[in-house]
Amino acid sequence: MLLINCPYCDDALPELEFAYAGEAHIARPADPSKLSDEEWRDFLFIRSNPRGLHAERWRHIHGCGRFFNALRDTVSDRFLTTYPAGQPRPDVTKLEAAE
Amino acid sequence: MNDYRIKGRGRVNPNRPVRFTFDGKTFSGFEGDTVASALLANGEHLMGRGFKYHRPRGVVTAGSEEPNALIGTSRGPGRFEPNTRATMQEIYSGLTTESQNKWPSLKFDLGAINDRLYMLFSAGFYYKTFMWPKSFWDKVYEPFIRRAAGLGRSPTELDPDHYASRYLHCDVLIVGSGPAGLAAALTAARSGASVTVVDEQAEMGGTLLSEPSPMIEGQPAWDWLATTLAELAGMPNVRLMHRTTAIGYYHQNMVGLCQKLTDHLSDVPADAPRERLWRVRAGQVILAQGAIERPMVFDGNDRPGVMMAGAAQTFLHRFGVKVGNRPVILTSHDSAWHTAFDLADAGCKVAAIVDTRTDIAPALMQAAMSRQIEVLTGHTATATGGRLRVKSIRVNPVRGGTVGAARTIACDAVLMCGGWTPSLHLFSHTKGSLDWDAKAKAYLPGHKTEAVHIAGAGRGLWGIAAALEDGAKAGADALRDLGRKAGAATYAVTGDRTGTGITQKELPTDRSPGSAKAFIDFQNDVTAKDIRLAVREGMRSIEHVKRYTTNGMATDQGKLSNMNGLTIASDALGKDIPQVGLTTFRPPYTPTTFGALAGYHKGSHFEVTRKTPIDSWAAENGAAFEPVALWRRAWYFPKAGEDMHAAVNRECRATRQSLGIFDASTLGKIEVSGPDAVEFMNRMYTNPWAKLAPGKCRYGLLLGEDGFIRDDGVIGRMRDDLFHVTTTTGGAARVLNMMEDYLQTEWPELQVWLTSTTEEWATIAINGPNARKLLAPLVEGQDMSDAAFPHMSVAECTVAGFPSRLFRISFTGELGFEVNVPARHGRALWEKLMAAGKPYDICPYGTETMHVLRAEKGYIIIGQDTDGTVTPEDAGIGWAIGKAKPDFVGKRSLARPDIVAKGRKQLVGLLTENPKTVLVEGAQIVLDPKQSKPMRMIGHVTSSYWSEALGRSIAMAVVEGGFDRMGDTLHIPTADGGSQAAKVTGCVFYDPEGDRLKVE
Amino acid sequence: MEHRNEAIPKGPVMTHFSAMSLLKNALTGNKNWTEQWPDAQPKKEYDVIIVGAGGHGLGAAYYLAKEHGITNVAVIEKGWLGGGNTGRNTTIIRSNYLYDESAKLYDHALDLWDNLSTELNYNIMYSKRGVMMLAHNVHDVQSFQRHIHSNQLNGVDNRWLTTAEAKAFCPPLNVSPDARYPVMGAALQMRAGTARHDAVAWGYARAAAKRGVDIIQNCPVISIRRGADGSVEGVETAKGFIRAKKVAVSAAGHTSVIMQTAGVKMPLESYPLQALVSEPIKPIFPCVVMSNTVHAYISQSDKGELVIGSGTDQYVSYSQRGGLPLIEHTVAAICEVFPIFNRMRMLRKWGGIVDVTPDRSAILGKTPVKGLYVNCGWGTGGFKATPGAAHLLAWTVAKDEPHKLNAPFTLERFTTGRLIDEAAAAAVAH
Repeated sequence: MLLINCPYCDDALPELEFAYAGEAHIARPADPSKLSDEEWRDFLFIRSNPRGLHAERWRHIHGCGRFFNALRDTVSDRFLTTYPAGQPRPDVTKLEAAE
Repeated sequence: MNDYRIKGRGRVNPNRPVRFTFDGKTFSGFEGDTVASALLANGEHLMGRGFKYHRPRGVVTAGSEEPNALIGTSRGPGRFEPNTRATMQEIYSGLTTESQNKWPSLKFDLGAINDRLYMLFSAGFYYKTFMWPKSFWDKVYEPFIRRAAGLGRSPTELDPDHYASRYLHCDVLIVGSGPAGLAAALTAARSGASVTVVDEQAEMGGTLLSEPSPMIEGQPAWDWLATTLAELAGMPNVRLMHRTTAIGYYHQNMVGLCQKLTDHLSDVPADAPRERLWRVRAGQVILAQGAIERPMVFDGNDRPGVMMAGAAQTFLHRFGVKVGNRPVILTSHDSAWHTAFDLADAGCKVAAIVDTRTDIAPALMQAAMSRQIEVLTGHTATATGGRLRVKSIRVNPVRGGTVGAARTIACDAVLMCGGWTPSLHLFSHTKGSLDWDAKAKAYLPGHKTEAVHIAGAGRGLWGIAAALEDGAKAGADALRDLGRKAGAATYAVTGDRTGTGITQKELPTDRSPGSAKAFIDFQNDVTAKDIRLAVREGMRSIEHVKRYTTNGMATDQGKLSNMNGLTIASDALGKDIPQVGLTTFRPPYTPTTFGALAGYHKGSHFEVTRKTPIDSWAAENGAAFEPVALWRRAWYFPKAGEDMHAAVNRECRATRQSLGIFDASTLGKIEVSGPDAVEFMNRMYTNPWAKLAPGKCRYGLLLGEDGFIRDDGVIGRMRDDLFHVTTTTGGAARVLNMMEDYLQTEWPELQVWLTSTTEEWATIAINGPNARKLLAPLVEGQDMSDAAFPHMSVAECTVAGFPSRLFRISFTGELGFEVNVPARHGRALWEKLMAAGKPYDICPYGTETMHVLRAEKGYIIIGQDTDGTVTPEDAGIGWAIGKAKPDFVGKRSLARPDIVAKGRKQLVGLLTENPKTVLVEGAQIVLDPKQSKPMRMIGHVTSSYWSEALGRSIAMAVVEGGFDRMGDTLHIPTADGGSQAAKVTGCVFYDPEGDRLKVE
Repeated sequence: MEHRNEAIPKGPVMTHFSAMSLLKNALTGNKNWTEQWPDAQPKKEYDVIIVGAGGHGLGAAYYLAKEHGITNVAVIEKGWLGGGNTGRNTTIIRSNYLYDESAKLYDHALDLWDNLSTELNYNIMYSKRGVMMLAHNVHDVQSFQRHIHSNQLNGVDNRWLTTAEAKAFCPPLNVSPDARYPVMGAALQMRAGTARHDAVAWGYARAAAKRGVDIIQNCPVISIRRGADGSVEGVETAKGFIRAKKVAVSAAGHTSVIMQTAGVKMPLESYPLQALVSEPIKPIFPCVVMSNTVHAYISQSDKGELVIGSGTDQYVSYSQRGGLPLIEHTVAAICEVFPIFNRMRMLRKWGGIVDVTPDRSAILGKTPVKGLYVNCGWGTGGFKATPGAAHLLAWTVAKDEPHKLNAPFTLERFTTGRLIDEAAAAAVAH
């Protein structure tokens, strides 16, 4: 069971309190009608699914209820950081240097 | 009897004799005994039979790694379990045990014929045969294989026991209470950190329980142990847990523990849980699990009486039991020499110490000589004699790689030690790396992924002094990583028995190695020859070798066999051990009771059952219930003598003719409020919301971004900035989550608040021509006339004095209302309405009648008439789309090529040719029922009922191009090979003009 | 379809497996068994490279050689063959899928399963024990009836059992009406069952190697190389560049990562899936039982272990670890449906990585890159498809066009919207 730091509650809490919500930083297009079928498919279905660092969304569903983002290594399942929804993906090199 | 018990030895309580049975015969032991130690005290070594060859098997170890002595245990009805390790099961009066995998008896087992066919049952033999004739596989070969497999028999009764579970947080979790674990605990606990120490044994102490002779801090080892345990037990920040196994090591230092609570008690307190599962989140974990002794691999090494030297030492010191009167020691490690000395000192005649090594420490030679024990160095063992118990061992000198002349030594036990394997299973669960240490000839912990420290024998260290020192250091390291300060204590130890040894492949023999039955995995009957055969057949990965031979897959999970298997496989491959690799250790550390894992989630607590505020009334009034999502809902209300069909027909009639009442409280309800509420609703739902006036409601349709229908429900606009949204029963949480997702992450600029109010409101639907007559006198604060409160209105008012949100809506086609009152008033309102409805023969109805009535009107049920591949146009509710809106969730997908293509399945009505025939929901539809299979199917029946109002059956179906098939006759093949014809119609079967909604 | 090439085995000579050869070898000390597959090292060039030596990839190599006469084939594996999901699943085989496309595909596999032991001369222990799927509510009943009717008209075996019939078929089943999830009936596919998963990989490996296919283990593929015209040129591996004009990726959870190197983005996500076995016991459980509602999947293996499948963890991961809560829930579900197993013990649990598409159906076919083929997205259903997927992948690669059975399982369907949504079709709602 993962231990996840909710950036709003500022506390590391068990995974049971959280719901995974898929890859992060895939913003809904402002005007979907302008998109080609291929572009719309990319938004709907294409996912990076990396073996390694993954930016992903979680919701503290049995807590504050807020969505937030996380950087997690999908090989070790280790979280590098979590950050509020809407913030850009943090620079990993800076994160690792800070450790 | 207790012939093999030594008075005054051991930690069992001689004043508390305990009687138990094994295979129907009564035995006695002492409190503190295990089944194994008690049977050994009675001279019984034979405790089981092998899996494949049914060879007689005796106990091999004294711990949880035991592969052979597996027994069925029982303490009364429903309390039987198979495959219990006799070495771990403590005896108590009333315990019944039985041996396994034998017929007719343990001493005479007909299955032993397989032993004669040994060469035929080579590794993987079953992959190579049983293929001809093909028809024999199902009927003859496979049942035969299956009957032969398995060990004990399954429980067959309900388990009367219950199981508990808990969470625990601590600074330091220490697994293992041997010298390393205790030293770590002392260091950590004295600093004030919260410390938990767990040990799988009934008693704490680990190796110390088998090693009483050294002096620690000037005290005999057992005195030091008692002092230390007393000190720890006296500290409020320490939790000592025995009979507790750390089963698995999970992410971020979560360790699962299984604690046995009652399986050792004669009298179990009422309601005591049998086991408790702990989920521990520890700041730091210290693994001090010691090492496991390796068997020697030689012909006949599985005969009862052949066992681990360390086990013999444990039986001697901890239980006061000598495993034989005339043992032979067979070893390649110094540790077994001390077993020989201890047994000799306890009065056994040690027939010989046979060591494969030639270079033995002079002190050991001296000690053997002083006890007049014959020592044979540089020797191999090539056979054992005896049937149900070892009677002799055949040993030969090995000089320059040549096996010399054999000599047979009479004995009644062979105590072997092929070195020690650090116990790193839990560390392996963390995906920490295990690195081969050429010097220690063992895999030792390498790269760590968790906040974990390994201490003592787990790091290849040997001896009590080293373990104490390393444990204290691990404790200090853990404290340092927690940001605490600590000095590691030092311990003065005298009389420590350090030593070294080597490990090796199967022992050399002067006989044909091909015919040797030299076992590696005792339980799965895997021999050295099987490993070599697997390699010969091209199995180069150790995983392939393991899977092909099943080595290491028995209930000990390779604790005894993995390293021997690996050593022999690497020899066969001509590679170094680390090049061949290591199989993965997987949780749990030892087999774990299902009941403990399930914990409280059993029976009615398996999952919550959600009940409405009116559920109790329904139960009291004889409702039949159906499960819907997590809810239970009243399905129908049968009267005496009525079946479901009769009850539903009556409920339908009553509602259409006069008045029906229905508990709709399970509907999901979400409050959408705020200045941007209407904009939010416009973006989420397909419908336009801007022009919906407060006090009005509208059918709302929600799509996924893929354009397929997700949910629906009536939505009332209470105020400009407040919507009362209803969802399907099963969809409430999903819809709220979806709304929150869009609101928080896509449109955070919108000023909107979402609140789940499903449980806040009890919802009662009143339907039928007399609905207004019932309600109007009870309503205050709202003119109930059709003009003032027309269909699709909503108002805040009181009903029977309760504050309410009153909807005029209908899911039946009759004049209808839905009264929402605060949940606490739900049952009271229901009862008032029932009382007030008496003059109209008010009829409570359940979900089945609700389904029939709505189907008569062609109202869809999401999830029944739609299935996640249906668009609004497919479902015939394209009118619910706000065509003028620039965007809403799912809009773009509705323009994809295959969504606008012709021939999509569309929702239509079906009327069977025979009006009495009710189609099966799910039945498939074809154009030509006489075509051969595979038939071309053009759709399926989604809803089908007997319509009491129409006096005939009705159905809804999705059909390819259905809207263009009105009036066509389609065919619905039935399960019995027949077929039903039906005509395509619209979905509205009853009152197509909607007149009944307009009752004045 | 037997090709002329079939008559001339191109690989090493191997011992034929039979009761006779077993007896003969037993009498000669089991010293004369041949290698089941050689330890191949890569050649410079192959006609076809298959990435991933699971059952699907090895099977595709076998069918390429046997049915299409293409024997200059390499199967490249980063670890040991059969070590991915092939060796980590709960071995359930069935074909009672809802949609025509799925049912036909899986039934094609079932037909191949039926004769696979004989065909491969390797006993893969296909045990037609029957797969029974439990209905716990009205929605399940409707859904299963839909499956059954659809299957029957497609010629796929599947039938309805009443609660009493379900109990008679599987005596350990708890059919108490007071159960939290009472059994309201079941769908039974009698032709379905289980097989020995390792044997499937080994049987295909041996049969492919016998026909000259190179199986190259411990050789991670680093990237797929494309030429100036965009078409495939070969693969970069840990053992150097290997040339091939046709490359088929059949790498389950790792497919996304490999396809990315060829510039093809995939609609895939990889999730941890856990499974567990109990200690072995004498035969007690005669069939396979699946309950989607409580997430419990159980059968008893030839070795006597209860084999139990779990759901996926919620997050994307390649760690093969998985958490304890899911196991607790799975075991609770088993004890709910089969309470007599409450005192049984879990022996071991493990994790696999399953690659999941948005519609939970596989992708098997060509890609936008010339010479690059993909077989992935089998989610939790890959084992049962093994012979079918392998057979169709071989066809697609050999002919450079899909077989009619895998034609609907394209990558394009995610653009056009023609999804094969088995998961949505079973969606729970009310």
